[in-house]
Amino acid sequence: MSGFSVTEPSKRQKWFAGLLVITYAVVTLLPLLWIIATGFKSPADSISYPPKVLFEPTLEGYVNLFSTRTRITPSMRETLVEPTTWYEQIARDSGTVIAGPSRYGQRFLNSVIIGFGSTFLSIFFGTLAAYAFSRFKVPIKEDLLFFILSTRMMPPIAVAIPIFLMFRQLGLNDTQLGMILLYTAVNLSLSVWLLKGFIDEIPLEYEEAALIDGYTRFQAFYKVVLPQAATGIASTAIFCLIFAWNEYAFAVLLTSGTAQTAPPFIPTIIGIGGQDWPAVAAGATIFLIPVMIFTILLRKHLLSGITFGAVRK
Amino acid sequence: MAQIIIKNLRKDFGDFTAVKESSFTIENGEFFMLLGPSGCGKTTTLRMIAGLELPTSGEVYIDGEEVSQKRASERDIAFVFQMFALYPHLNVRQNISYPLKSQRMPKREIKAKVDEVAGILGIEDILNKPVGGLSGGDRQRVALGRAIVREPKAFMMDEPLGALDAEFREHMTEELRALHDRMGATTVYVTHDQLEAMQMGDKIVVMNHGSVEQFGVPQEIYDWPATLFVADFIGSPSMNLLRFNGSIATGDTMVSLDGQDLEIPEQLQAASGDLVFGVRPEHVSMNDNSAYRGEVTATEYLGTTRIITIDTPNGVLKARVPASQVFTVGETHGLEFNPRTISIFDETSGTALLSKANKGVLDHG
Ligand SMILES: Nc1ncnc2c1ncn2[C@@H]1O[C@H](COP(=O)(O)OP(=O)(O)O)[C@@H](O)[C@H]1O
Ligand SMILES: [Mg+2]
Repeated sequence: MSGFSVTEPSKRQKWFAGLLVITYAVVTLLPLLWIIATGFKSPADSISYPPKVLFEPTLEGYVNLFSTRTRITPSMRETLVEPTTWYEQIARDSGTVIAGPSRYGQRFLNSVIIGFGSTFLSIFFGTLAAYAFSRFKVPIKEDLLFFILSTRMMPPIAVAIPIFLMFRQLGLNDTQLGMILLYTAVNLSLSVWLLKGFIDEIPLEYEEAALIDGYTRFQAFYKVVLPQAATGIASTAIFCLIFAWNEYAFAVLLTSGTAQTAPPFIPTIIGIGGQDWPAVAAGATIFLIPVMIFTILLRKHLLSGITFGAVRK
Repeated sequence: MAQIIIKNLRKDFGDFTAVKESSFTIENGEFFMLLGPSGCGKTTTLRMIAGLELPTSGEVYIDGEEVSQKRASERDIAFVFQMFALYPHLNVRQNISYPLKSQRMPKREIKAKVDEVAGILGIEDILNKPVGGLSGGDRQRVALGRAIVREPKAFMMDEPLGALDAEFREHMTEELRALHDRMGATTVYVTHDQLEAMQMGDKIVVMNHGSVEQFGVPQEIYDWPATLFVADFIGSPSMNLLRFNGSIATGDTMVSLDGQDLEIPEQLQAASGDLVFGVRPEHVSMNDNSAYRGEVTATEYLGTTRIITIDTPNGVLKARVPASQVFTVGETHGLEFNPRTISIFDETSGTALLSKANKGVLDHG
């Protein structure tokens, strides 16, 4: 807190800054708005040219996303009964009948299990490792830290084949456990480094005070260090989740059936019954929701933690 | 309540020795000062007593039990940290309760204890506040509260007033001493401020470069410093050290400085070569009958006394004289030294030579 003279920005500066922020927000949010809007368009509206900004919203995309349908042939027409639910009605209006649920729900669930599972493990092991690196004498500490970071330097695609072969040997191919372990391994470098930074910032004296106050070292760790690292843990968790949630390359190569996550699944929707952009957009929209909720829940921590090390003393 | 004995305690950090074979005893109920310049190993010594650092060698006895390799939590000692180290995620009451919680004391008892301690420290009204917004003084009190609430065997305090501003320190010094007198618990207090040490301490250990220079009650240390370092470190202004070359034989009661014979206490130790004549400023007086003379180079008025800086043939000297005596810069005066208060040091070894006057102080350790 020295050497800075903070002056109130002038009105024009404020206007300019505000304009800049709004422009940036529009540029980044526009594709998002477009995706959300497309999810509520009819297939015809979604590909009309010039693009429609105003349109009649429909849930057809969402119905298509969650169902498989068959086209109504003239021979079927006589045997059809009246639709009893709103989604059967929507399918009927577009000339199809619902044959069953799609696999989106299950893929989405895979994403949730793998994303949150790997985030939990990354944070769990990352916190322990970061604490050890921060507080204890570890032989060749610097080398180890560099090695951990270096695992992050290769693009996934470069290691995908060896991992594929390893997973096949271990029977981890196309399993949730395999993907959880893989994403944990990839995220650990990030979490160890970020968390070490946060834990370094916590003065040693708090733990020593706890030791003096009659607590064991482990108690001092989880009763005194962890609460103060909450900010760092929250922001690290968000980064880990975002990576695991959005990861595409490993997912496309290592999962095909049971453990497939949403990102490799969503594009395959296009193939089902013609170019169904609204269904793809609906899939993408729903896919955004968990990360958004997670981020909003941890937002308070994130805002103070994101300054990396500039935490209050 | 406990007696603490430190025996040949040593701490190495790699090649660097932070504390060299130190030995001293802290008696039950004493307010004990660990005094020395920054970096001399005070904190390290305190941490070894508390169990936050394991000694490289040596022993620590608390109430007769050797504890040097025991965990901090097993020693029943409280520690007040330099920056207080209040748990930031807990409020004042929770901070003070924390040591009791680890003992699994019933909630009701904890509450009663905390209320009692808050009463002693006068912090009842902030018990439910978060520690973040507290003033320095209140933080200090909360830290003390956390220390005294569990009635430990002894208190360790590492420069607890260091983080407070000067005005408040004065007040807190009195508060601390009063608290100690009320509780009567053995307290080891680290400071680099010799005035603070003299004011508050029952006993003082003076450290320098990881070694114990002297150990005793404040007055003894002030009057009869064991080493040149102590002579220079204690007192403001510190002891005058007039360097001369000469020799002293056992039984001597005179020493010759710049050809003038000056009276000193009867010497019990012979030495020759580079020697130092040590005299406190208040034991220097102006007497124009004296043949040992110096020129006044500065005067400083302090209210009841005046500090006169004088250039002598053996170096610069400061005299503390009554404010009623006025001296002018440029004057030359004869100087007289109270012979019963003189210490002679051997410059090479840096230690005081034994005399009949300082024997009682320096012999016991
Ligand atoms: N953990 C440590 N590792 C290495 N050197 C240390 C460590 N702790 C203290 N020291 C060194 O030991 C010396 C004494 O430190 P300290 O006991 O803190 O001094 P003081 O409290 O008297 O200022 C200093 O030179 C300091 O740099
Ligand atoms: Mg210190």
